[in-house]
Amino acid sequence: MTDKSFKIASQFIEALPHSRALGMRLTALEPGAAEITMPYDDRLIGDPETGVIHGGAVSALMDTCGGAAVMSHPDATHGTATIDLRIDYMRAAVPGQAITARAECYHVTRSVAFVRAWAMDDDRDNPVAAATGAFTVERG
Amino acid sequence: MMAPRPRPEPVQVVKQRRDAALKALVDGVPYIRFLGISFERHGDELTALLAYDDKLIGNPILPALHGGAIAAFLEVAAIIELSWSYLWEDIESGKIDPTTVDPQHLPRLPKTIDFTVDYLRSGLPRDAYARARVNRSGRRYASVHVEAWQDNRARLFAQATGHFLMPARTEPAE
Repeated sequence: MTDKSFKIASQFIEALPHSRALGMRLTALEPGAAEITMPYDDRLIGDPETGVIHGGAVSALMDTCGGAAVMSHPDATHGTATIDLRIDYMRAAVPGQAITARAECYHVTRSVAFVRAWAMDDDRDNPVAAATGAFTVERG
Repeated sequence: MMAPRPRPEPVQVVKQRRDAALKALVDGVPYIRFLGISFERHGDELTALLAYDDKLIGNPILPALHGGAIAAFLEVAAIIELSWSYLWEDIESGKIDPTTVDPQHLPRLPKTIDFTVDYLRSGLPRDAYARARVNRSGRRYASVHVEAWQDNRARLFAQATGHFLMPARTEPAE
C-alpha cells in the first residue's frame, strides 16, 4: 500500500469522533487488512480495583479496525457498516500498556465482508481478545 | 389470630438504600462516566441511558453513532444488570450492609467471556436506551441478552448476547 493511501486512511480514522476520543491511530494498512493502536488511558478503566481497560473500549477498537480493513479492500472503497461483531475476551489487558488490534477480511462477497481481528498488548504472542464480524460492502 | 406482620420500612429509606447501592456500582467505573451512561431504577428493573455526545459519533457524514460506542453501551448495560441482580439479592436479604457499599467496597464485577452485537440499524445522533435480561445465572457462568432502542421501544437499533464469568461469592467477613 502506498504512503498516500496510508495517509488518507489515517486521516479518515482520526476524523471519526469516537475513535479520536479513544486516541486510536492507524499503524499499518494493506489491501483488506489494518492495524490500529489505542493508548492506555485512565478514562477507559472498567475495573477500578485492577486498572484493567473496559471490554467495551476493546470492542470499539476491534470495530474500528474491522471497518478499516474492509475499507482498505479494493472491492469496498465506498464505506462499510458493521452487521455483527463477536468478541472473545481471552485475558485481561495489562494495565498501562497500549492495545493494538489487527483485522483482516478473510472473505469478501458482492455485499458482505467477513472479518477476523485480534487485540494484543505488549505480549504480542498472547492476544487479549479475538473478534469475528460481518460488515456491509458499499460499492461505488 | 396471626401475628401482625412487621411494619414495612418507610419508602424513602428503602429507595435511598437501593439507589445508593446502584450509584456506588455505576460511579466506581471510569469508563461508564467517560461514555456518559446512567441508570434509571424502577424496583429491581434497570434502564441504561446513553446521553448523546458528539464524541460517540462514528460516521460524521450520516451522522451515526460509532458501532464501538454502541457495543460498549450494551456491554456496560449487561454487566451492571448482572451485578445488580446479585447485589440486589444480597442487600434485600441483609447479607450485605448497603451502608458499606461504596466504590472501594464493591462486590467483584463479572468478567466478560464473549459478547456478540447485532447492529440492526444505524444509531441516530440522540439519546439511546438499553435494557438487559439475565437469561441464565449460575454459580460460575451467566448469559445475558440486551436490547437497545432510541425513539421507539419496539424498534431496536442494536441487540447483544454476552456470556460472563461470575465473581467468586465470598461470605461476608465476621
